[in-house]
Amino acid sequence: MTDFTWLIGGPQGSGVETASTIFCRVCAKAGYQIFGKREFHSNIKGEHSYFEVRVADHPVRSNTSRVNLMVSYDAETVFRHYPYMYPGGAIIYDSDMAETETGDVSTLDRYCRERLHQAIRKRGAPPTVRGVLDLASQDGVRLYPVSFKDLLADLAEQQGNPRLRVMRRMYNVLGVSLSMGLVGMPLDLLLDSVRAVFSAKQVVAELNANAARSAYGRTREMFGEFDYSLAGTDRVPGTALVQGHQGTAIGKLVAGCRFQSYYPITPASDESTYLEANDTLTVLHDRPGSISVVQTEDEISAIGMMIGSALTGTRSATSTSGPGFSLMSEALGWAGINEVPVVITLYQRSGPSTGLPTRHGQDDLMTAIFAGHGEFPRIVYASGDIEESFYDTCLCFNYSDIYQVPVIHMMDKFLSSATATCPAFDPSRVTIDRGKLLSRMDEPEYKRFKLGGDGISPRSYLGLKDGVFWNTGDESDEEGHISEDPVVRREMMDKRHSRLDLILEGVPDGEKAVRHAGGEYMVISWGSTKGPILDALEMLRQEGVSNVGFVQVKMLHPFPADLVGRLVGEAKVLIDIESNQTAQLGKLYTQNVIRGIDHYILKYTGRAMTCDEIRDSLRDIISGMAPVRRVLMHGA
Amino acid sequence: MALKVADYKTDVHNDWCPGCGDFGIVNAIQMALAEMGVERDQAAIFSGVGCSGKTSHYINTYGVHTLHGRVLTFAQGAKVANPDLTVVAVGGDGDGLGIGAGHFVAAGRRDIDLTYIIFDNGVYGLTKGQASPTLKLWEKPKSLPKPNANYSVNPIGLAITSGFTFVARGYSYDIRHLKSLIMQAVNHKGTSFLDVLQPCPTYNDINTRDWYAGLDMKEAASRHSRIYKLEESGYDPEVHYAGDAELDEKLSQALIKSLDWGEKIPIGVFYKNETISTFSQRVMDYVPNYAENPPARQKISQDGVPTADVSGLLDSLIV
Repeated sequence: MTDFTWLIGGPQGSGVETASTIFCRVCAKAGYQIFGKREFHSNIKGEHSYFEVRVADHPVRSNTSRVNLMVSYDAETVFRHYPYMYPGGAIIYDSDMAETETGDVSTLDRYCRERLHQAIRKRGAPPTVRGVLDLASQDGVRLYPVSFKDLLADLAEQQGNPRLRVMRRMYNVLGVSLSMGLVGMPLDLLLDSVRAVFSAKQVVAELNANAARSAYGRTREMFGEFDYSLAGTDRVPGTALVQGHQGTAIGKLVAGCRFQSYYPITPASDESTYLEANDTLTVLHDRPGSISVVQTEDEISAIGMMIGSALTGTRSATSTSGPGFSLMSEALGWAGINEVPVVITLYQRSGPSTGLPTRHGQDDLMTAIFAGHGEFPRIVYASGDIEESFYDTCLCFNYSDIYQVPVIHMMDKFLSSATATCPAFDPSRVTIDRGKLLSRMDEPEYKRFKLGGDGISPRSYLGLKDGVFWNTGDESDEEGHISEDPVVRREMMDKRHSRLDLILEGVPDGEKAVRHAGGEYMVISWGSTKGPILDALEMLRQEGVSNVGFVQVKMLHPFPADLVGRLVGEAKVLIDIESNQTAQLGKLYTQNVIRGIDHYILKYTGRAMTCDEIRDSLRDIISGMAPVRRVLMHGA
Repeated sequence: MALKVADYKTDVHNDWCPGCGDFGIVNAIQMALAEMGVERDQAAIFSGVGCSGKTSHYINTYGVHTLHGRVLTFAQGAKVANPDLTVVAVGGDGDGLGIGAGHFVAAGRRDIDLTYIIFDNGVYGLTKGQASPTLKLWEKPKSLPKPNANYSVNPIGLAITSGFTFVARGYSYDIRHLKSLIMQAVNHKGTSFLDVLQPCPTYNDINTRDWYAGLDMKEAASRHSRIYKLEESGYDPEVHYAGDAELDEKLSQALIKSLDWGEKIPIGVFYKNETISTFSQRVMDYVPNYAENPPARQKISQDGVPTADVSGLLDSLIV
């Protein structure tokens, strides 16, 4: 069974992303399932970033804590990642940097440096690249030195192009190609991907293809044997290689979202940029369509514009992250009191305030449920992976139209910065239900907020013939005019809130929560921890442990308490896993389901959970060795 | 059947103070809509929060009473999604130039085809008369415990420098003139801004109707209305040719004119430029059929099945 992790690191802006894109493409083309994620600082150029890809011949949905092959062309990558190697794994490193000391690396912050010094002093090694590599070697890691400078010089001579000597960006292609040679990946797949990634410029593409061929060819002669091979495997037909933001973006296009407003923010804006780049659409049996993507002056404007657009009957959305969502709170209430269907895609990162702006977190669940003053109904819905996020986006638009409520679709940084293989999105599985949106006005005395029936009134839109209505952020009567009357107030509050029950009844169980496995030990979680939990359970099964179950809650508000209670069933031990400090789902669960939680596995370092740290924690719980609350710490 | 002014009135009880300048503005809007023959269901009035925020409830078209400071955001979103609507946004000077000033500047830069009217009275009326952004430095209307310690914003000047392509000022007690300005503003292609001087009879005891009429001037013989009309003074606000020379001249003269206050206060059109492309024209550079098939008109499904064809995007993801 293949299960292999590759890591490349380097200064931000030096091309690490290009290298990882090539690597992921090659592996996916070779038939492997991959899961990769990017870690980066809030910085444009210079700080350390890295990309970690897990390659397997079976589905993988998360990263592991350890690395089989690391490619580095700077000292910092070696310093930060050498302890995470598997024995038998290998480090490709730049031999010209062997004598670099930790003190020479200005971006190696003092906290990391001090921890590093402590660890290496204990083992009597000097604080140099050579020093830590010796330690890795003692732990059974192979070392593959290479002079990237010499490789480039040879290439320059070979190509008769002296300018190549100084093109340090090409270290990336060289690093990928050395890796590919080492694991025995077919050369044509490598060249094909290099050309595809650089397809915008023919000359650059050929230059890189030549560099790739040359480095690939020299691997054996330079490095000798390696314990791992990735020669290719059976391809699963219809597999797509997707990036985290593409699920919600393409989902929006399919769902008929034709307006998106946004203000730039990490990690949400990739989605909006993708939509803007693909804003014109072919439409079946119709003239071409388009989505208007508007970059606004702030997130307050983004939500205001979205609501204004939604009032015209257009399916409308915005995409943001925590700080932006905080700014949207007031207008969220306006959408709530005026029963405007809108979808807010909330790509969470670590807060509070600016927090860890480029790092992962699941700490906005409570704010999604409670944001905005006063009381109004909404739906909070969370996707567990990129594939789900495509279908869920379409569901969110249906929910908002059917129940005339704002829907907050929870995503996060772990998902958005992931690159993964998954079954291709299938638009034929999507339906569009616009609820009680009117297409023409039949009623003579139309009232937008008419009482009675199931509590959801037929919805006109701005510009509909004879459909005039009023909206206001004040409490209003059936026509939408301001009213401070106590009876009207009660009727309207009850009307709006009555749909929380309608939602719980109307949304199918399978869309509210999913039990992936049953067992004596039951894990509950939400959002992107799905991947590492499923992988951890799989690892446990292979070890013969099959009494751990998992319930993934997708609809967090209104909380499907009865259903979740049923799915958890008679489990002996209940374990809450989520990426935040205060166990937000755990709180929701104990508020709604009369049952305590026995163990918490939490992480709020800004790094996503790995499957093996979850596995290890579950093992300890099963053996009775675990504390009630364990905080996971893996990750550089 | 042609619509009359009465058709644009609702039966909602109007609770503005007796003598409020807002009445003149709402009447002028209704008169303008009637004279232009805008269908009730093709017009949307967006309003902010404050006394002026109630305007949308008094006009019998689509009415969207939004949030404090945010009216332009809602209005712009609606207009982008459905460019066929006649969109008029209204709000107070605190709403538009205090809490909403960022949106004001951004709206000018975008130049979406809508009209924004500020009810400018120098005070926050609905919260009992605090100083608003247009109140002059050291002025002290009766409800302020101390004189205003902030310099005033210049709405006309801010609009001109923010990119608004139609900038005018009206007076709420000259309804006919105001109606004409509103019609010009609505017919203008691009974002039009109208600053309307609107005495608050309850809280602003400085800039009163009598003050605008010049009744406070000491020399009875030379008393005159402070207000005069730009168009009657030979002022030409319009940029006629695309090109920097005339543009600079028209921008400069409008800015200079915007500084006039005190004994002589100009109303009328300060600046008008239709040689600049509007937002929707800019969108059409990339989405050629935006005007005929904007977001609100697009069919997104047939019998519940999505009609967007994303196969190209999906194919590009297949490995």
